[in-house]
Parts: sequence; structure tokens; C-alpha cells
Amino acid sequence: MLDKYDIIVVGAGHAGCEAAAAAANLGSKVLLITMNMQNIAQMSCNPAMGGVAKGQIVREIDALGGYSGIVTDRSTIQFKMLNLSKGPAMWSPRAQNDRAQFAAIWREMLENTPNLDFWQDTVTSLIFNNQTISGVVTNSGSKIYSKSVILTNGTFLNGLIHVGEKNFSGGRSGERASFGITEQLVDVGFKSGRMKTGTPPRLDGRSIDYSKMEIQPGDISPCKFSFTPTLPVSHQLPCYITYTSPDVHEILKEGFDKSPMFTGRIQGLGPRYCPSIEDKISRFSERDRHQLFVEPEGKNTVEVYLNGFSTSLPQDVQYQAIRKIKGLEKVKIFRPGYAIEYDFFPPTQLKLSLETNYIENLFFAGQINGTTGYEEAAAQGLIAGINAHRKINQDEPFILQRSEAYIGVLIDDLITKGTDEPYRMFTSRAEYRLILRQDNADIRLTPKAYDLGLVNVNRLRSVERKIKEAGEIIKYFKDTSVSPDEINFYLGTIDSAPINQRLKLISILSRPSIDISGLASRLNGLHDYLSTMNSDSIHEAEVLMKYQGYILREKDLAAKFLKLDNIPIDPNFDFDKVKNLSNESREKFSKMRPLNFGQASRISGVSPSDISVLLVHLGR
Amino acid sequence: MNEIIREGTLAALATPHGSGAIAVIRVSGPEAISITEGIFFGKNLQPKKLRDKKGFSIHFGQIISDGTVLDEVLLSIYKAPRSYTGEDMIEISCHGSEYIQQQLLALLYQQGCRPANPGEFTLRAFLNGKFDLSQAEAVADLIASNSGVSHQVAMQQMRGGFSNKIKTLRSNLIDFASLIELELDFSEEDVEFANREDLKKLIFQIQQVVEKLIKSFELGNVIKNGIPVAIVGKPNAGKSTLLNALLDEERAIVSEIPGTTRDTIEDEIRIEGVLFRFIDTAGIRKTQDAIEQIGVHKAFETIEQASIVLYVFDAHTMSPGDLDFEIDALRNHLKNSQLLIVANKIDEEDLDYLRKEFEGYEHLIFISAKEKLFIDDLKLKLISFFDQRAVQVTETVVTNARHADALRRANTDLFKVLEGLGKNLSGEFLAMDIRHALNTLGEITGEVSSDDLLANIFSRFCIGK
Repeated sequence: MLDKYDIIVVGAGHAGCEAAAAAANLGSKVLLITMNMQNIAQMSCNPAMGGVAKGQIVREIDALGGYSGIVTDRSTIQFKMLNLSKGPAMWSPRAQNDRAQFAAIWREMLENTPNLDFWQDTVTSLIFNNQTISGVVTNSGSKIYSKSVILTNGTFLNGLIHVGEKNFSGGRSGERASFGITEQLVDVGFKSGRMKTGTPPRLDGRSIDYSKMEIQPGDISPCKFSFTPTLPVSHQLPCYITYTSPDVHEILKEGFDKSPMFTGRIQGLGPRYCPSIEDKISRFSERDRHQLFVEPEGKNTVEVYLNGFSTSLPQDVQYQAIRKIKGLEKVKIFRPGYAIEYDFFPPTQLKLSLETNYIENLFFAGQINGTTGYEEAAAQGLIAGINAHRKINQDEPFILQRSEAYIGVLIDDLITKGTDEPYRMFTSRAEYRLILRQDNADIRLTPKAYDLGLVNVNRLRSVERKIKEAGEIIKYFKDTSVSPDEINFYLGTIDSAPINQRLKLISILSRPSIDISGLASRLNGLHDYLSTMNSDSIHEAEVLMKYQGYILREKDLAAKFLKLDNIPIDPNFDFDKVKNLSNESREKFSKMRPLNFGQASRISGVSPSDISVLLVHLGR
Repeated sequence: MNEIIREGTLAALATPHGSGAIAVIRVSGPEAISITEGIFFGKNLQPKKLRDKKGFSIHFGQIISDGTVLDEVLLSIYKAPRSYTGEDMIEISCHGSEYIQQQLLALLYQQGCRPANPGEFTLRAFLNGKFDLSQAEAVADLIASNSGVSHQVAMQQMRGGFSNKIKTLRSNLIDFASLIELELDFSEEDVEFANREDLKKLIFQIQQVVEKLIKSFELGNVIKNGIPVAIVGKPNAGKSTLLNALLDEERAIVSEIPGTTRDTIEDEIRIEGVLFRFIDTAGIRKTQDAIEQIGVHKAFETIEQASIVLYVFDAHTMSPGDLDFEIDALRNHLKNSQLLIVANKIDEEDLDYLRKEFEGYEHLIFISAKEKLFIDDLKLKLISFFDQRAVQVTETVVTNARHADALRRANTDLFKVLEGLGKNLSGEFLAMDIRHALNTLGEITGEVSSDDLLANIFSRFCIGK
């Protein structure tokens, strides 16, 4: 460790690791400080990456030159493309990962990143110089100076773990909490809040009777996350599905009077979409069973994750209830489920670059901003790392629009709306989800990453090749026609109406039940033509042709809304001057300080009439 | 717009111009109370402190101008935000002489108020969030309403009838959108997904309501703008004279030369609170005169747009056979309009004979426009035609063109949803059109965010591994 760095990253979870990697790869001297070098890039909850909307985020991180996609591919033990029955915009990659391998590969990749140093210690306070950050102070008394600091503290700030009536401080099971930073930041004007999340018990796989459960295997031909030449998983492990029962619910209910959730001991707000099992039972009492996923934690361990059974009930209640679940009658528990409360800082106190409003060159990323999920954290870490580097080099911040990436939606939501519960990405949060597909993340973002300096020219060339080939394929479909003789037999086999004159391939492809691979299996000319093309280009061309109408409409809409985003509001504009605004909007505008009308219109509680008033006032 | 969104304290007469028993002057704005305080004195000429008084209280006192008592008045105090405009507001009930009104307003302007522009109180109410857009527009309609029925429709909109209907529609759409989003974002969850047939039914039901509202616009428009009545007939059948008789004043050009009325002439009269808009047309005949041809063409256009068509003919010169011929020719141009045949130029002594001659015609009425004979019967007949349209103002009626337009666009989006459901398209495409429809309805009242959809999902379904 030196005593002076460009950027210090506090915390080595998903956010911290991406932040450190991005900043170091851009050329900053980076120090990554973690309380325990053995716990870099832990999957502290479920051993999986991706899923609906989250999978798209991992693809975007990868397209931008982040590491999460590569690490995931290299530690995958099961891969599924979710939502395959729906349109391509909904296809969402998800991997089950080997928890230990995931962390080991992250550490290996970071150790191989130039400009990146490590330090095992706990940061207890920050050093400010006026309104600007200039370093950190650690538990061991060291002062380390830097031009910029990125805080990625996860659940560690004043972390409080609950199991039944017991509670104790801790940042994660078996790890210490961190104290001091919240108090110091609140002293200089930050607002902080409290959130809660939970995790289920970990089971001993040797004591599980899988024969009583439904098996859930991975995809037959698994895909992968990274656009770089990683390999898809070759040997997959299955997951299993089982259910709770009225018996299980009865036992759990007996513990309700000792549940920190119901006795009011937990004050933080938990996520509605990831409720504890006790929450599910009490809120949806009409259901006599809830689905549980039994997921392996890795190839070289018998530890098993009981997804869907997050709980903070007393240990004995957890144990008795679990033993009533089908297949878990004789189960042994490695460690009980618990709830954890931690401090966060409402993200409305940040700029879109993730730099804080109050302290210059101080950046926040991950759960400290009220989000949940590895993917959401990693995305913020990447953006914070990029922007911390750019800020100290006097470059403009790197900001993604809502129509460019889920990452853009994520950060814009956080900054303009804030969040009351741990924020998780859903596709429904995106206005332009037909454009924000996992298959085109590289087309959307890799050229930007190249401009930033995060990916090499080969990756740019590969994207250019994909765009060019897709364009050529589309032209081929527009130029080539087929005769009834060539195609009608095939159309008959898939219940599609026969054609009675020569028709362009593109109009046949636009039929709902037709796809390119089906056509290529019948048309030798097409088959031969496509054999010269890469499969990702073919897929891209197919999506663009089949859903052209919808995609164009969405692009129009995005362009229209971008206009609002392009009408700037003076950062020093005095909203109090606009007497005709509703009080609520005036307060929110004054607090959130939207930089343009698009942002202003997305602030919750702001009505369209307030936007009209503001437009009128500013002479639009 | 910048012109009218000005700051300051407004004062204006809130009751109609002219003398009456009392008049009300409204003062609204940040200084409403302090300005009024400066001219308002108690019985013993002691200044009265108004700023300490509660909202919704009434105070008796005198208005003093240059040391002399102008009037004895009652003041009603409204404190922001609990007033019509959402600002501090005073209503001064003074005696109704025009002199007092003018002097009192002049005094207020002198003390720092400024005259309100038309609709400016309502604009402030709107800007202060007292109304949503559709309600504010209803207030404008209410102020402008000049018939009993249009007043009722405007009142109903102001109380939020229309807004409520739209809100119900939107919440149904949100339910639909939530079911679709549920499939997309939570396909891995153990929840039951809506079946497509149910979704079709739901959209179909929503569409029926939207279509009914769109149709009501036609009726709403009629109520607001008056029921269009076209007066047609051969040249010199007495159409302009009839219009004058109805209007009771010489407005149309009346002459003995056939074809004098070359343009369409409009005027409005109120019959039993219902507004009728009469459109006099040029006579319908074959003609070489280019200008007159334009008039004839316009007459047919007028007929097509009218709710009621009055066919006027000279009862003395036209035989029933000719009448049949004329009416048949006219019927091609009648769309949804009702036909009332008016036999004009009768003399009272001929009436029995004419009745016999024109027996068997439905909706035929005898009048003399020139002598103003049986004009009241004609008016009653018009009213009965209006009643037949079964206007029920308890139903929600759309009277605003902007709303009708938004509804039409929402309807188009809903059609696309149904089309998508028919083609078995995946939910994300349906969701796109549903969001469109939600945004379009949002142009009428408030918007829907993805947070609303998610909140709806989380409250209804057990989500979360």
C-alpha cells in the first residue's frame, strides 16, 4: 500500500470490485480496501447471477467492459435462458454459480488488473477538505489519501442481524459491522435511512431427499453472459423445487410472536418482491403452499441454498418448520436464515454520475444507495468507477439514457425518484424494453466503452462486424423472393397459409410462426448464404425484421421523450419563484434539482400540469 | 400563456354586470386579506383586523373610501389553500348598484389589486391543484354555459363525474397491464397467469366504455354548442322569414327575390333551457348561377351535419305529390338527423282543408312565419325531438374536443391490444400498446408510472423467491 492514490474504493463486493476494475483499467491508481481479503466478491445471498431484467444488466456490464459477465461464465454450474416463450426482448439469461469459484475468479481477475492495490482494513472515517474528499482513515489508524473515494459498503454500515428475539451487530453472517461513516456523513448534511433484507437457511445437501422434489435442470444448449470468448458451462448441476404446506405454516405462525418482523424490532423497510416466508404466510394467508427452490452452492460443497425461505424467525422454529417440508424431513442446517438491517443514503442526494451532491469526488454505489441485487450493485460500481476516474481527469461524466440501457433506467430512477424499499430492476421499469435487449447490449454499449477506453479495438470490431452482417442479412431477405413451389410444402407443415405468387423472404418471415432457422432448413440458397454468417448476426437480423414495427414505434417514442430530456433547467433555478407550482412539486424540484424537463417529469408526485406550468414559466 | 400567469392579487366582479340586489366582488392572491383590511372598518369606524380571523368566517362592516362610507358589506374570508383558487381569498358582498360595484373595484385597484383576466381565478385554482385539467375545463364550460342542460353537464364534470369515469377506466387498464407485466417480470414465480380469453374480455369491456364516452361527445357537443337545426326548402318558401320569426328579430335577409340567402346564416335560441342553433340555408334548386350553386352545395352540407332538419314549403303552391318528390330527394342527405316538415304560408281559414290534403305525413306542422302563427307549436315540436334523443345528463357526457381526441387515440391503442391478443403476441408487445393507452388517458387526468403497476402486482400476488 502507498499513502496516496487516485481513487480509493471502500468495500469489495460486486459494486466495489467493478468500480476498482473500471477505474484501474482506465488508468487510475486504485486502492481497494476490504475488511477481509478472503471475502472478496461474496455472493452473500443466492448463488445466482442474472434473471429477468438482471440478466440484461449483466450483459450491459459486460458490453461496457465490466468483469461480472466473465466471472459468471467461468463459475456457472447451471444456465437457463428465462422467458424463451416470449419475444426476444424478454429473453433473460440466468446462471447458478459456484459460490466459492465465483469469488476466487473475481479475486484472480482483480489481482491481474494493473494499477490496482489491495488493503485489508476497516475504514472508520473519511477525510474532507472543505467540501471535497481527500482520503480515508482506517481502524488501524492509517490515513490514506486520494483524489476520489467510492463507498460501496453493502449491508455493513451499522449492520444489525436478527434471528428471532436475538440480535447482534454484524455486516454479514460471521462478519463484523462497520461504524462511524454514517454518523460522519450525517454530520455534514447527508440524510440516511434504514433498510432491511433477509436470507434463508443453508442446508446440508447430504440430508436432503431429492427424490421427493421436482428436478429443474439447466438448458440443453446453454448460452452465456459475456460477449468475450468465454465458454458456456459444460457440466451442469440441477436445482430442485419443493413446496411449503399448511403444516409448515402452522409451525412458522407459532414463532410470529418472536419474529422481529412482527414485534416491530426491525424498523428498516424490506423489499416487497422478496418477502420473508413469514411475510408471505401472513399477507397471503389464502395460499396453502409456497414454492421453494433448492439450489446447490457449488461443485465441491454439499451446502444448499433454500431459495424462497428467507426468514428471521427463531432458530428452533426455522428448524422444526423446514423438517415438515417435502424432501427435507431429515434435513440438517448449516446456518439459520436471518434478517439484517443496515444504513443507506437516499440516492436522491447523488448526481447522475453517482457523485454525491454535498462532497465533491465522493461516489456511492450499491446497497448504500438503497438497491438490492448483485447485478444492480455491479452496474453502479462500474459507472461510479468510470465517473470517479473521469472526474479527477476533468472529463464530462458518463451518463446512460433510459433508452440506452437498463443501467440508465436504474440510475435515473434512483436519482430522480429515490426509493423507499430496496430497489430491484424489473423490465416494467423500462419504457423502452423492446430496444433494451440482452442480444444487442454490445451494439448499444460497446462503442461507448471503446470511446471510454474500457474495451480494446477487437471488441469494437466484433460489434461492427455484427452490425454489418445483420444489415446484409436484412438486405438479402428484402431482395430475395421465393416461389410457391419452394415454400408451400413447408408452410403446410407449420399450419401457415400457402402463398400463391412469388413473395419476398422478409414478408414470409414476418408471419408469427415463421423463424429464420425453419426457413433455412427448407431453402438451400438461404441455408448456404447464412452459413457464411455468425449466429449472433443472424439472431440480430431476425429480431430487427420480425419486430420491426414495434421497435420503430418504440424508437420514435424514445426520441420524442428525449426532447424533454434535452430541455435543460438551470441548476441554480429558483423553483420558489414559480408560485403557481403545487407545493409538493416545488419542494421536490427544490430538493431533487432536476437538470432537465425529462428528469423533472419523472419525479414521483409531480403532475403533468406542474411540468406545463414550469415549461410556461421558462417561456417554452 | 405567460401573459396570464402573472403574480399579484386579483379583484373582479364575480356576479354578472348590471344592477341587482347584491353583487359579489372576489379578491384573490397573497395580499387579498391585507388589502381588504385597509378599506374595511367596523361600526365605530375602527379598523378591523382581518388577518387574525378564521377561514370560512363572515364579517359585517363598512367600506370607507376617502373618509366616507361607500357601502355596508359582508366579507367572507377564505384562507389558503382552502378556497376556490387555493390562495387567500375574500368575497365582498355589497349592494348591487353599478355605482357601488365600480367604486369598490376602483378602490381595490387603487390599494394594489389588479383586474382579473377572464378565467384567471379558475386558472389559479388549476395551477394550485384545486382542479385537474378536465375539471378546470369544465369550469370554463360552466361559466360559458348558456342552457340548462349544458349547465348540468358542466356541473357534473366539475364535481368530477368525468374524471371519476376516466379513473375507473384507468384502474381497469392498470389491472390489465399488471397481469401482463406479471407474466413478463415474474414468469418464474408460482403465480397463476391470466388466461388470454379473460384478458380479451377485460379489454373488450374497457373498450365499450371508451366507445360510449366517444359517442357521448357527439351529444355533449350538441348540448354545449346547441342542437344544429337546418332550415331547408325551395327558394322563397319562407325560410328566412321563419328564422326571423323564431328569433323574433330581423336578422336574415328577407326579400321577395328567390335565392336572396346565398350563405348559411346561423343563430341560437333557447327553448325551455335547451340551446338550438338554427342554420338558414340557401334554397335548394337547380341553378346556373355559380354563386348560388355554392349556396346549394353548402345547404346539403348543413343538412348532413344537422340534428334536426326543418323542411319548409309553401303550402299553397306545393302539392303532396311534389312534396313527396322533394322529401325523397332530401332523404339521401339525411344522415342521423330527424326531419320535421313545415307547411308555411297558411291562413287560418285554410287550415282544415290543408290538414286534409297533407294527411298522413309524420312530423308535419302548419305555420305562418310571416303572421307568426303556430310558432309556439313548432318550438314544442323541436323540444319533443330533443327529448327523443334521450339525453340523460346523469350519464357522463364528454363535451371537450381534447378529451374526445384522447379517448379516440386510446381506443386505437386498445384495438391494437385486441389485435395483438388475436395474433397471440407475447406480452411485451401488448404492454406497449397498453402503456400508450394509459398515457393517452393520462392526458386527461394524471399519469401512471411503472411504480403504480408494480405496487398493484405486489399487493395482489405473492412474489418473491
